[in-house]
Amino acid sequence: MDFSYDDEQDALRDAVRGLLGKAYSDFEQRRQTTKADPGFSEEVWSQMAEMGLLGLPFAEEDGGVGAGPVEVAIVCQEIGRVIAPEPFLHAVVLAGGLVQACGTPEQRQEVLGALASGERLLALAHDEPGSRWAPTASAVTATQDGDSWTLSGTKEPVVQGARADQLVVSAKLPDGGTGLFLVVGETCERTGYPTYDGGRAARVRFDATPATPLGEPGRDLAGSIALIQDLGRIMAANTAIGAMEVALRTTCGYLTSRKQFGVTLNTFQALTFRAADMYVSLELATSVVQWATMVLSSGDPARVHDAAARAGLQASRAARHVGQEAIQLHGGIGMTAEYSVGSYTAVLTALDHLLGDGDHHLVTLADAVAEHDAIDPLAVG
Amino acid sequence: MQLALSPEDQAFRAEMREFFTTKVPEEIRTKVLEGRELTKEEIASSMKLLDDHDLAVPHWPEEWGGRGWTELQKHLYHEEMQAAGCPVPLAFNASMIGPVIAHFGSQEMKERFLPKTKSCEIWWSQGFSEPDAGSDLASLRTSAVRDGDDWIVNGQKTWTTLGQHGDWIFTLVRTDPEVKKQAGISMLLIDMRSPGLTVRPIELIDGGHEVNEVWFEDVRVPGENLVGEPGQGWTMAKFLLGNERVGVAPVGATKAALARAKKLAPERLTEPLVAARVAELENELLALELTALRVVAHSADGEPHPASSVLKLKGTELQQAVSELLVDLAGPGSLASGAGALEGDGGEGLPDWTSRVAPTYLNFRKASIYGGSNEVQRQIISRTILGL
Repeated sequence: MDFSYDDEQDALRDAVRGLLGKAYSDFEQRRQTTKADPGFSEEVWSQMAEMGLLGLPFAEEDGGVGAGPVEVAIVCQEIGRVIAPEPFLHAVVLAGGLVQACGTPEQRQEVLGALASGERLLALAHDEPGSRWAPTASAVTATQDGDSWTLSGTKEPVVQGARADQLVVSAKLPDGGTGLFLVVGETCERTGYPTYDGGRAARVRFDATPATPLGEPGRDLAGSIALIQDLGRIMAANTAIGAMEVALRTTCGYLTSRKQFGVTLNTFQALTFRAADMYVSLELATSVVQWATMVLSSGDPARVHDAAARAGLQASRAARHVGQEAIQLHGGIGMTAEYSVGSYTAVLTALDHLLGDGDHHLVTLADAVAEHDAIDPLAVG
Repeated sequence: MQLALSPEDQAFRAEMREFFTTKVPEEIRTKVLEGRELTKEEIASSMKLLDDHDLAVPHWPEEWGGRGWTELQKHLYHEEMQAAGCPVPLAFNASMIGPVIAHFGSQEMKERFLPKTKSCEIWWSQGFSEPDAGSDLASLRTSAVRDGDDWIVNGQKTWTTLGQHGDWIFTLVRTDPEVKKQAGISMLLIDMRSPGLTVRPIELIDGGHEVNEVWFEDVRVPGENLVGEPGQGWTMAKFLLGNERVGVAPVGATKAALARAKKLAPERLTEPLVAARVAELENELLALELTALRVVAHSADGEPHPASSVLKLKGTELQQAVSELLVDLAGPGSLASGAGALEGDGGEGLPDWTSRVAPTYLNFRKASIYGGSNEVQRQIISRTILGL
C-alpha cells in the first residue's frame, strides 16, 4: 500500500508540468487560445505528441508508450492544474481507448499511430440528444450492405467533433446491441460551436454515411464502452483534482492579498473557515481518486465500475463545493472572464457532466448498497 | 503507487483480526458494537488483556512496552480493533498521559507510572478544561503554589470524562501567574484520593453520567509528581492533543456502526432516499479511511501530519451522521429510550436496538466539541496548511 509516485512518475509529472506550465504560464494565454478555433493550441498538441503523451496508454506495437493508469492520471492532473484546453481526455483516453480496446491489430496500429504522432485528431461521438451516460446508442443506427456499413442519425455534443480528422462513433446494430465505427470527419455533416468551458463541440449528422466497423463487424461493444466510460470517469476526476488544487491555492492567495476595511480578507474568520472546508473536500476527493486510479490497475471490470462511481461521486461533490466557493470568496472579480478562477469552475462543471454527475454515480452505488457490509478499500489483491 | 498491502502487512492484519475476533470476549465486543455502555471492569479488563499480549500501547517507546510498528501497522491495528468491537485502550492512559510521561518524565516517574498505566491498574482522568478555559485552554486558572517541596492546588476542572472511576488525574495547573499565560502552566499528577479533591457528576442530555467536575481545595501534591519542569505544561498539552487528534477519527467504529445499521433495518434500504443516504455515507467513510492511510504514510516520527485535522473534523462529522441515521431508521421507536431496561420483549415489543439510538445520537454531539473543537480544527487548517 503506497500512495507515492516513483522516480519515473515524478519525472513525467515534472516534464508535463514544464510543458503545460510554459504554454499557459499566464491565464491570458489560455484565454486567447480558447477564443479562436479550434479552442486549443495545435502547437501545444504537437509538443504533447513529441513528448509521447498522445500515445501514453497505448501498447508499444501500436505506436504507444505502454504506460499505466497512474501515468495517464498524472497527465490529467497537470492538464487540470492549468485547465489546458487540449482534448487529451476526449481524444486519447476515450476515443483512443476504445480503438485500443476494440480495434483489430491493423486498426490499432494505423489509428493509434496517427493519433500518437499528432497527425490525426480523434473524437468520440457517443452522446445523443436525450441520452444520459448510457454505454449504448440508439439515435444513430448502423446498416449493413454486404461488407459495407453506413450510419444514420445525430450525435451531440461531440467534443472537438468539427475539428476531428476521424470520429469513433457508437451506433445501434441491425441485430441489436451497440457497435463502434470509424468515420472520416469530412464525410459527415458537422456544425461546431464553442462550449462554456472554453472548448468546442459539434452536432454531427450522419445520413447513410460510410463507416468502418471497429473490430469484428456486428459485435456488441457496449461492455467495452462501459469500461472506457469508467476509465474516463476516473481520469476526469484526476483532471478535476488538479483544477481544484489550483482554484483553492488561487483563492487563498487572494484572501491574503486583497484588502477591504483596511485589512486583508484572511482577517475574517467567516472566509478562512470556508477555505478550510474547501481543503477538507479536496483532500477527501483526492484520496478516493488516487485509490480509484490504483484500482484501475487491477483490471477487474466490476471493481473498476464501483471505484469509478465512488471517485466520480466524491469528485463531483468536491468540485461543486470548491468551484462555487472559489468564486464566492473572490467576490466580483471571480465572475470575470479575465480572471482565472471562474474558468476553473466552468471546467469543473463540464468535467462533472462528462460521464455522469454525482447523483448519477450515487444511484449506481445506492443500487448496490445492500450487497455488502462495510467497504474494505484494501481488498484488491 | 500500489494498492495492495505488502505480504508482511497482510499477515500483520490477519494476525490482528484473528486476535481481536477470537481472544477478546464476545459478550464485550457485542456490547461495543451495539453501542451499549461498558462497566469500569469491562474497560479495564479488556485493556489488561491487550497488555498481556503487548497490544495495549504499541505506539509507545519500545523501552516502555511499544512495538516499533510502522504508522501503517498502527493504523491497521486500530482499524481491526474497532471493526471487531474490541474496546479501545483507555485513551487517558494509552494516548494521553502515557506518551507524555514517556517523553517528558524522569526515569523514576516512568518506572513508577508507565507499567501500571499500560495495564490499566491505574485509571487516569484528564484535568484540562475549566469552566472559563475551554477552547482557550491556556487561560486556565487552577493554581499550584509551592509549599516546601510540595504543591498546594486550588481550583476547578470540568468535563472530566469517567472521572468517577479515576485513580489519578493529570492536571494542568498555573504555577506562575506572572509570565505569559502559556509559559506559566505546569503538569501535575494528582492522586484522586487526596484530601480536598472532590468529584461531582454532571448529568448529560442523554441521561447518562459520563463527565464530572473535579474540585481542588488546598490539595497537597508531592513535588516529585510534577512532570518535567515547571512551565513545560503547555508544551506537553500540545504534544498530547496532537496525539489525540489522530486517535479521534473513529473510522473503523463508524464503518461498523453503518454496516450494522444496514443489518438492523434492511427493509428500509429498498427506499431510494435511504439507500442513497447510506451510499453517500459509505463513500465519505471510504474517503476518510483512505485519507487516514495517506496521512499515516506521510507521518514521520510520530509528528501528526497537518492533515490529521481533516481526520478529526470529518471523522466526527461522519460519526455523528451515522448516529443520526440510526435514529431515523428507528423512526417512532426511537422514543422508547427507557424500554431497554424491560425484561425480554417476547417478540411483541420494539426491537432492543431502538432504545439506544436517540441517547447515542445526543451523546455523540460531543464529538465535534472535544479533542479540539471542529472550529479549532478549521483554524489549524486555515493557518497551518493554507497559510491564511
